[in-house]
Amino acid sequence: MILMQERIRHVGATTTAANGSSTVLTTCLTCSPNNLNERGRQVAFFPKPAAGSWTENWPELGTAPVNYNDSIDPEHYKLEQQAIFKKTWLKIGRVEQLPKRGSYFTREMPSVGAGTSVIIVKDVKDGVETVRAFYNLCRHRGNKLVWNDYPGEEVSGSCRQFVCKYHAWRYGLDGDLTFVQQEGEFFDLNKSQYGLVPVNCEVWEGFIFINFDSDAAPLSEYLGDFATGLEGYPFHEMTEHYSYRSEINANWKLFIDAFTEFYHAPILHMKQAEKEEAEKLAKFGFEALAYDIKGDHSMVSSWGGMSPPKDLSMVKPIEQILHSGLFGPWDRPDIKGILPDELPPAINPGRHKTWGTDSFEFFPNFTLLFWAPGWYLTYNYWPTAVDKHIFEADLYFVPPKNLRERLSQELAAVTFKEYAFQDANTLEATQTQIGTGVVTDFPLCDQEILLRHLHMTAHQYVDRYKAAKADGNGSTNGKHAATTEKKDAAHV
Amino acid sequence: MSKLPAEFADLERFSDWCLPTEEERYSKRLASSMAEMQEFYDAGMARLEDIMVYVDARFPLKSMPEDAKALVHLGQSIVMVSFPIEVWKQPRVLDSGAAYIQIIREPVV
Repeated sequence: MILMQERIRHVGATTTAANGSSTVLTTCLTCSPNNLNERGRQVAFFPKPAAGSWTENWPELGTAPVNYNDSIDPEHYKLEQQAIFKKTWLKIGRVEQLPKRGSYFTREMPSVGAGTSVIIVKDVKDGVETVRAFYNLCRHRGNKLVWNDYPGEEVSGSCRQFVCKYHAWRYGLDGDLTFVQQEGEFFDLNKSQYGLVPVNCEVWEGFIFINFDSDAAPLSEYLGDFATGLEGYPFHEMTEHYSYRSEINANWKLFIDAFTEFYHAPILHMKQAEKEEAEKLAKFGFEALAYDIKGDHSMVSSWGGMSPPKDLSMVKPIEQILHSGLFGPWDRPDIKGILPDELPPAINPGRHKTWGTDSFEFFPNFTLLFWAPGWYLTYNYWPTAVDKHIFEADLYFVPPKNLRERLSQELAAVTFKEYAFQDANTLEATQTQIGTGVVTDFPLCDQEILLRHLHMTAHQYVDRYKAAKADGNGSTNGKHAATTEKKDAAHV
Repeated sequence: MSKLPAEFADLERFSDWCLPTEEERYSKRLASSMAEMQEFYDAGMARLEDIMVYVDARFPLKSMPEDAKALVHLGQSIVMVSFPIEVWKQPRVLDSGAAYIQIIREPVV
């Protein structure tokens, strides 16, 4: 999504180093921009794995061009709904959205199936807080249980019980049917058999997840080592919340593609940097500090020196006044847990001094992105058709103490939206062209490794689903891609 | 009837930019000419630091009189117009076509 000045500092620094500055040399031991390796490739600024490239470090990914039929075939999309969105843990909110007993919100889940809607509600019993999820459906004659004005719109609020608008059947916060209007008119109605239909629901670090597969593995097992390595980050302190939504005319995976590679950043977003800086950034391109893959999930770690920049002339006038920009406010908020040596181990895993941002991609559609100055954002991508999805973005800051901090966050939020606009519209341009089928396979570079992994993982879910169907068993028992046979990326 | 504190009388002519929500500020940006926004940007940028100093010396964010709130909203609009002026040279994001991103939740001062 972005490109940062840190790289420029390295480039400038090596020049200075040639002039004999030892101080600068120490910071630039990894830089050798003009050296070529034995294959004639430019040697990386940041060291790559011994395999020679990030991609070859995970041989199952392959290096061949990747087939994008998975993003244009309507039949494949239907399989993805069944194999992925009905089988995996989906992040649908945060605990701060449920401040007290009886707080609830509804989520429309078209990615899981037309009309699918869930109620998420908080209950408190004997001091124990429980977040539950139910299908948003009255057991009497199937009316949607919780909605206002427009049945298709999401709502939130708080209540002691849920009452159906149609015939006033009531349900407790635990889903039990507690009241039936004119109960005596029914025939052998056992209320205990007519509670709301539950959906698996678990909370990790304040993020609420649901899973429509009743046989799913527990959430912590599904999220795996990346999640364990992120625990302890002060998410609960970052409650100043901005939320955005956009309908995107592109396959859901294409937007994840856009956010898991920064190769595009110096080009697509060139005009957002000051001219001289933009030209340097475009010339040198992008290299990540590191990539990592653990099972279905992946991450990219990047450098970033814009908070604050080395030289004020590198940034726009509004950034100079408000001390903020795409990377967020330059000044870290005064809370524990966000200083470089306080961060949990999964963030900036190489403990690089030049670290700026890490983006974690939890399969299938949850991006969790941390910025060095102490804030984070999340993305979700909810497919509604093979060539359409709803993009959600949520930005979270520590609540500002004064107007100076508030406007600093305002600039970060406004800047985020300007970048997202550019990303979003480019996707439609991509979708229409790959949709023609004129070209089916596309070469991906080493900085696009996580795209290979995403398309491979998604395809493996579909393949396992199809295989299970062929065996007469629709369930895949929540198995992860990592536990199955490897697939040739060229056929993804 | 002026909206802004007396100390900011020079910005009163831009008081139709005193808009509390991002959606309103973004709509006004799209509906404005570059000349209008340039004039507002030039005047506003010169006073942005003063706006922060004025408010922070007097009021907490969660409790301030209407005229100070209007000043905050004006400050947020200065941030909003900075992109068309400093970056795009047009009201819309360049190459954004029919794309539309809606803000559905924001902290409103």
